[in-house]
This record gives sequence, structure tokens and C-alpha cells, in this order.
Amino acid sequence: MYDTGKIIVGLAIFVGLVTSPIWLNKGKAAPKPSPKLDTPAIQQLEKKECVESRQFMRSTHMQLLNEWRDRALRKGERRYINKKGEKIYISLQNTCMKCHSNKKEFCDTCHNYTDIKPYCWDCHFIPEGRKTWASTEGHS
Amino acid sequence: MAKELTPQETLRIDLRPPKQDWMDIPVNIKEGIYCYPAKPEKIECVDMPNAHKWSPVEEDWGLPENWKEIFLEGFRERLDKHRTFKIFMDICVRCGACADKCHFFIGSGDPKNMPVVRAELLRSVYRGEFTKAGQILGRLAGARKLTMPVLKEIWYYLFQCTECRRCSLFCPYGIDTAEITILGRELINLFGLNINWIQEPVCNCYNTGNHLGLLPHTFKQNIEFLCDDIEEFVGIKIEPTFNRKGAEILFVTPSGDVFAEPGIYTLMGYLMLFEHIGLDYTWSTYACEGGNFGFFTSLEMAQRLNAKIYHEAERLGVKWILGGECGHMWRVIHQYMNTFQKPVDSLEEPISPITGTKFENAKSLKMVHISEFTADLIKHGKLKLDPSRNDHLKVTYHDSCNPSRGMGMLEEPRYVIKNVCNHFYEMPENTIREETFCCGSGSGLNAGENMELRMRGGLPRANAVKHVHNKYGVNTLACVCAIDRAVLPASMEYWVPGVDVAGVSELVANALIMEGENERSVNLRGEEIPGRAPKEEEAQEDV
Amino acid sequence: MAILVSLGAVLAIVVIALIGAQVGPLQYLLGILVPYAAFAIFIGGFIWRVVYWGKSPVPFRIPTTAGQEYSFPWIKRNRFDNPVKLWEVLVRMFLEVFAFRSLFRHTRAELRGGNLIYGPSKWLWLGALMFHYSFLVIALRHLRFFVQPTPEFVKTIENIDGMLQIGAPHMYLSEVMLLTGLAILLGRRFFAPRIRYISLANDYFPLFLIIAIATTGILMRFLFRVDIVGVKELVLGLASFHPTLPDGIGAMFFIHVLLVSALLAYFPFSKLMHMGGVFMSPTRNLVNNTRMKRHVNPWWTPPKFHTYEEYEEEYRDLMKEAGIPVERE
Repeated sequence: MYDTGKIIVGLAIFVGLVTSPIWLNKGKAAPKPSPKLDTPAIQQLEKKECVESRQFMRSTHMQLLNEWRDRALRKGERRYINKKGEKIYISLQNTCMKCHSNKKEFCDTCHNYTDIKPYCWDCHFIPEGRKTWASTEGHS
Repeated sequence: MAKELTPQETLRIDLRPPKQDWMDIPVNIKEGIYCYPAKPEKIECVDMPNAHKWSPVEEDWGLPENWKEIFLEGFRERLDKHRTFKIFMDICVRCGACADKCHFFIGSGDPKNMPVVRAELLRSVYRGEFTKAGQILGRLAGARKLTMPVLKEIWYYLFQCTECRRCSLFCPYGIDTAEITILGRELINLFGLNINWIQEPVCNCYNTGNHLGLLPHTFKQNIEFLCDDIEEFVGIKIEPTFNRKGAEILFVTPSGDVFAEPGIYTLMGYLMLFEHIGLDYTWSTYACEGGNFGFFTSLEMAQRLNAKIYHEAERLGVKWILGGECGHMWRVIHQYMNTFQKPVDSLEEPISPITGTKFENAKSLKMVHISEFTADLIKHGKLKLDPSRNDHLKVTYHDSCNPSRGMGMLEEPRYVIKNVCNHFYEMPENTIREETFCCGSGSGLNAGENMELRMRGGLPRANAVKHVHNKYGVNTLACVCAIDRAVLPASMEYWVPGVDVAGVSELVANALIMEGENERSVNLRGEEIPGRAPKEEEAQEDV
Repeated sequence: MAILVSLGAVLAIVVIALIGAQVGPLQYLLGILVPYAAFAIFIGGFIWRVVYWGKSPVPFRIPTTAGQEYSFPWIKRNRFDNPVKLWEVLVRMFLEVFAFRSLFRHTRAELRGGNLIYGPSKWLWLGALMFHYSFLVIALRHLRFFVQPTPEFVKTIENIDGMLQIGAPHMYLSEVMLLTGLAILLGRRFFAPRIRYISLANDYFPLFLIIAIATTGILMRFLFRVDIVGVKELVLGLASFHPTLPDGIGAMFFIHVLLVSALLAYFPFSKLMHMGGVFMSPTRNLVNNTRMKRHVNPWWTPPKFHTYEEYEEEYRDLMKEAGIPVERE
């Protein structure tokens, strides 16, 4: 008794499952996001640099924001000193969003791409009065 | 035993393994543990290879020069024939779930008796000889080459496994050490390394039809002697038939029951039961062995010995076959026979001639277990029973490994016992049913020279009996296995004095109210039944 | 020895990746070529191994019966521990694969004052279950890197897994459970004398490897952040056969990937194949109907046995004398 049929079905299921990403993507990579940095506020900047380096902001902004929230709301500290020694006012609305006023073209592009749902907007107003959830908008 | 150990001495067991790696501890073949090698003539008798004189404790085992080649070639062949072997060699994760499930490990503390290590003995050779990783990484990958000391170690531990499958129950992948032992024993039989306690019965069974080598007339006489005993103790004359053509049923039971106490009482039980219900059956002096020591040699040998049952059934023209109480016999019948042998067209789907019950679960093989048969009779009220005759017995039931883990016959014998005995007590739950412990001497290890091994292996079973012996006063250990009946008395005497061993059919017959019987003041063993002393002196001479 | 070598091997992988990640061209190797090769070895090796097993037949039906057989209607049988129908054996297999039924039976034997005592012992079962399920959840969660858009069920899993909302990014329950499970499994090998005795490098290596994978994964989330967008770009590129290598992903990612690649490539040649083997184990995946249905052994040969004729020939006189009927007088 070899049960060849059952083994082939089993192997097919296995291969199908482990290669499922390949089929689901249909051989096409979704285009990578290109967050827009061309808000009026940024265009007016002399030195186009965020509160920390571009590399740091890319990988670690969520931890920075988390830290800012804890400091501002739980400890009442509003002053952040960045790696260059500059003093920054801790505020999502007045510091971050001042430049990145284009949530949809900036924040959402990457968050949708990587399918991350930050809970910033559980409490904060979504700028420009749009109260839609970043990723639901992106996918529906 | 080489030097008699007292139970207290035997009980000094350390279940903690040594610090040293097992591969670094050379095998030490001990007296009292190993069995004597097969006599050359017993090997030649069934045309098996390389019959020669040798001794396990000597340096030179007298193997052919190309023994390694033979072993590895045989190994490869078995990998190709058995998917089990390949998978069981490949997927063990050494989780250790099996480690303390083996009666030999529990009773000896020998770390190589942990089923995982016993299997690793072969697995390490598999890795070292057949896998790339093993060949390159060696010890690091748990691999080693096949050498003479390695072979000796494998041999030693192949005969410290009773193929009971308890470890397999707990293994997350169902790795079955019995299967590994079966195939391992096939390998060492390629160059004549069987033990005599297995090989001689094989040779006997091949020639005379039974393990003991009883010739046709002796077989018949022994049963007739037992009929005389029945006449004396019960007052009923039974005249069984032998090799009778045209009987409805062929009855096959292990030959141990024909010959040795307490098995003979079980056989008397069969005789009385069949007489009571007027069964149209016959014994055969040709197919007169239910047990199959070929199964402990090689699957081919098992097939060759097993062939006689169908062969004889066909010759006699019976409708179906009834099998007696035996453990490994039923593993072979239940799981192998229907593949070993071609179907016999003249056989019919078994139907109980007394109750009309169709034995659905045996409709293809046409072979029914006596406990299934008896349970059905009792259920239909076809037996007149007086269980109070067994009132002096406090009974517990030992599930044999094979009917429980190789068949699943758990309730039928219990149902029978509870109907013929008023006092029945179960042993602790981790020691019965599918978790039952081996008697300690199965798979052909019931020799005399390995008594220390047998007592150690019998400890877990005996210890559970001791528990109910102390708690409820249990004095009778019932079983449905001929090897059990042969070996448990010794184990009981050693570990739990005061407990007798009895086959289930013996208990049935003691409770059976037969037409024309005497006052039944003695049981089948000729012992007076307490409270049933004869009213008159002549009672016993009433013929 | 086995422990040190296994640990050394895992550390070597980490060091190689750490060095490779600093050198541009090697990143291409670590990020694209090695994962592809490892995945190919994994799938190819897995199939090869299963086919190798499948080439050997199952000559005999030898299920380990773990409950009452099918006999009479009035005896309650145990369908799932002693199945006779296909669906029953499927349930048995399901319980075995998804609930580790056999491990759940695990007991511990102890000899106390001359008495053997069997206590329940669920640590192995618990550790194994925690480890396997959290590993599965983590693997599924990773689909968000492999597929765009992320499948709905992955999001659901993620939401449940991260429901405690501790920290940023969220700590996942599966991370904690995976490490706990691994700690139990490794702890047994370290501290339970019998398990230590039977453990080989083959046992330690995968444990250390998976611990390293989990650790680098967690470090990447919380301590040594990598550019997630870049990671997704790379992984999605791999999964759609348009590999690209974005800049500045971070070394920790390459360590993580090389470790995973090592696991994938090691898998088919190791005990980890129990993943496939558990489905093919004849003591579990067969129905116990051998007396009800004849099964054929493909390499069956007719038995050479002592026939009745030969028997009668040898013993005819004895049989006649004893009054046993014979075929030929």
C-alpha cells in the first residue's frame, strides 16, 4: 500500500501553502510607497531635515512618537533634545503635522504599504477634518 | 538468576542516567539478562542462514566475514520494504516522552532501555552508514559506524524489548519500538544470532505444528487427560474431536494451554464452554499453535508458521475459525494474517451458531477471539452461570499488550469476568487498558536464564497488582494470554506472593452450570471451593 | 559538547550575516540569493524526503490502538483512538497534529518506597504546544511582508496577537509564548537528566537557531529598528520574483534572514521533518479494520510452509494409532 494519491495531495497542499505569497502576488510587486515631502511648510524650510536624521525617522519614528506621548501627556514634559542637541517642542499637532500636514500623502502611504494601523488617531484629530482610518481608506 | 537477587535488592533502581554519553559506554552483556543463543540445528531446521555455535559473552561471535555487508544490505532492503522503518529512523525528535514508559527501563534503570535510546542504537548506524550528514559530521550528528561492539549492543537490547508498543502510545509521531525491534531482529537473524528460546519453538512449530514439539498423538492425549480431569472435578464426560472434516468451526489456541499450568485450566475452560453450548467444532493436531514465535524472528517466519491455520481450515472445510486466549497470536491474526495469507474461499463470514450474531469485525479474516465469542454468549443469556462459585476470588484483569494496543479488545474480557465473578477490581488507570504494562517476558523472552531481566521487566505490572492486592485483597490475576499464564506466576511469586494467575476462560468454566454436572465442590484445579464442601463423601466419586 | 557546537554554529551564522550586512555586494547575496536558495532547498528537500518515504510501501496495517475496538453494538467503542472509518482516522490525525493528543497522555513514572507512581506530566505537551502554535502565528503574521495587500485573516491574527497594546510597536503575545515554549523545551534538555542524556547536537541546533531567529526578530522590532518599508520592499520583491535591494535596511534584518535561511535549508535533512512525517506514520494514520478488510502487501510472496501433506506423511502412523483421521490410509 503506497497511498500515492494521498501523498501527492498532501505535498500539493504543502507546496501550495508555502508558496502562497507567490500566487497571491501574481508575480507583481506592489509599487513601493513614495511619501510626499512637498507641503508648503516643508518647501519653506531652509534645511529640509526632520527632528532626527532621515534614517532614524524612517525606522524609529514610532518609538519616538511613543516616547513623546509618554513625556508630554504622562510627565508633562514638552521639551525634546535631539541628537544634535537641538531643542524641539513635543507635539504631534504642532511639530510633526506642522510640516507633514499631508497625512494621506505622507503617513498613510507607508502605513498602508506595510499594513500598519497606528493608534495616533484614536485620540488625535485627523488633520483636514478627515476622520477616516488610514488603512481602511487605503484598502477598501 | 546468576545470583539470586531479593526483591529488595532488585528494587534498588536508579532511574537517573549516568553522566557519560551513551555511545561511550561499551555494552556489558550480563548473565541473567541475556538469553542463550539458538542451537544450530534449530536454525537449519527452518532453512535460516548461518547456523553456528557461538556465545554472547565470548569475544568472537563466529560471524561470516561479510557480516557488515549482510547487515547493511538487509537494512537497506528493509528500509525499501517498510515505510515505518524509514520514518521511524528519520523523525524522532528525542522529546523523551517514551523514556519512562518502558517496563524494562522502569525495572532496570538501564538508560539504553529507554525506548528512544534503544531505537537510537539502530538509528545511529542508519545515520552513520546511510545519511550524508551522519557520514560527514559523525558523532556530532548522532551517527556511528557499524562495528562488532555496536552490533553486540544492538543484539543485547533487541532482546530487552518485548514489542509491547507501550512507548508507541505516548510517542507524538507514533514511533513504534516494536516495529524497530521486529526489523532489528530480522537483521541479526540474517547471520544466525537468534536466541534459542525463540528459535527452538519456531523449529518445533514448523515441524509438529506447535511450539512445544508435541507430536499428534501427544497433543490429543494431553487434551484427553484434561477431559479426564474435567470428568473428575465436574462430573461431565467430554469427547472432543481432532482433525474432523465438516466441523463448523476450527478452534486454535496457543499450545502452552495444552501442556502447562495454569494454562491447562484455561483449556479445560474452553472444552467445558464448547460442550455446554454444543458447539460443532474441531481441534487440529496440524494447526495446533495459535502463538507464533516466528513473529519474534522475522515477519517471513511469522507468515510461514501462520499459514497453517488457513491451510487446515480449508482442508477440513470449516466455516470459520475461533481463536483462544493469546497475546501476540492476536497481534499476528488481527493485524498481519489477512495480509500474510491469501483468502480461503471456502470460509464464511463468522456467525455464532448459538446466538446468530454476525461477527462484523471479523467478516473478512473469518477468525474470532474467544472473549468476543464468550461475551456475545453471555450477552444473549446463553450461558447458565453461578458467579458465586468464584466468590473466594478477588479478581483483577491484566490487559495483554497485543490485544490492547494491537487490536483494542478491552471491554469484552472485562464483560466476561464481571459476569462470572462477583469481586472484580481494576488496577490503577495508568497500568491498564491501552496503557497496560507488559508481563515482562513477552516476545519470546520467557526463558529461564534471563530471570533477572524478566523480574525487572515484570515490576511495573506486578507493582500495580500489589496495589490492588494490598487495597482490596486481590488474589487472582486474570489474563487472556498464554505467555502471561506462563510467566506471571513467577513474577507474582517474586513480587506479590499470594496472587494466582488464571485465564478468563478458566473463570468462566468455574462459574458455568452444566447439565449433569456434580456439586462442583472443587474448581478446575481440583482445589476445594471454600464454602462448597461436598455434602456426602461419595460426591467426588460420582462418575 | 553537543551544546557548545550547536551554539557555535548559530553564532557563526550571526557573525557571517553581521559582516556581510556591512558590505554592499554581500547584501545582495544575503538578502536575495541565499533566501532564494534556502527556499528552493526547503521545498525541494521536503518533497524529496516525502517521496523517499513514499517509495516504501506500508506492507502491514499496524495502527497503535488506543481504545476499545469495533466489535458489538452494545460495547461502546472508541472511535477516535481506535478508528475503523476514514473520517474517524481523520479526526484522530487532526487531534494528533493540532492538539498533540499522544503527548497529552504523558505521565511520569517514579519509584517511591518500592511503589511505582505515575503522575500526570503536561510540561512537555504545554511547551510543545506553545512553541508550535506561536511559531505558526508568527509565520502567518509575516505574510504581511510577503503579500500586498495583506490578507484579512493575517490582520485578524495580528489584532488578536497584539491586543495588549503594550509598547510601540506592540508587543505580540506570540513573541512571549514562543520564547516561553522554547525555554521549556530547551530547559528540559538542560535540566532533566534523562532528556539531557538523549539529546544530540541535532536537537540543540534547531532550538538555538529558532531562539536566535526569535531574538533577532524581537530586537529588530524594539531595539535595533530597521526600515520596515525597505524590508517589505525587499521581501515583496522576493515573493513576486522582482527582487530589489533597498538601501539602509539595517544589519539586524540580514542576520534574521540568514538565520531563517539556515533553518529552511536545514529542515528537510533533519528531525524537523517530523512535520511531514507525523502525517505519514502508519501507527497513527491507518484504520484498525484488518479483520474486516483484506489489505495487500505489494511485495507479498507465498509462504514456504510445512504443508498438511508433509505433516501427515511424517506422522501418519502415530496419527492412525491415536485415532486421528488421516487423508491417506
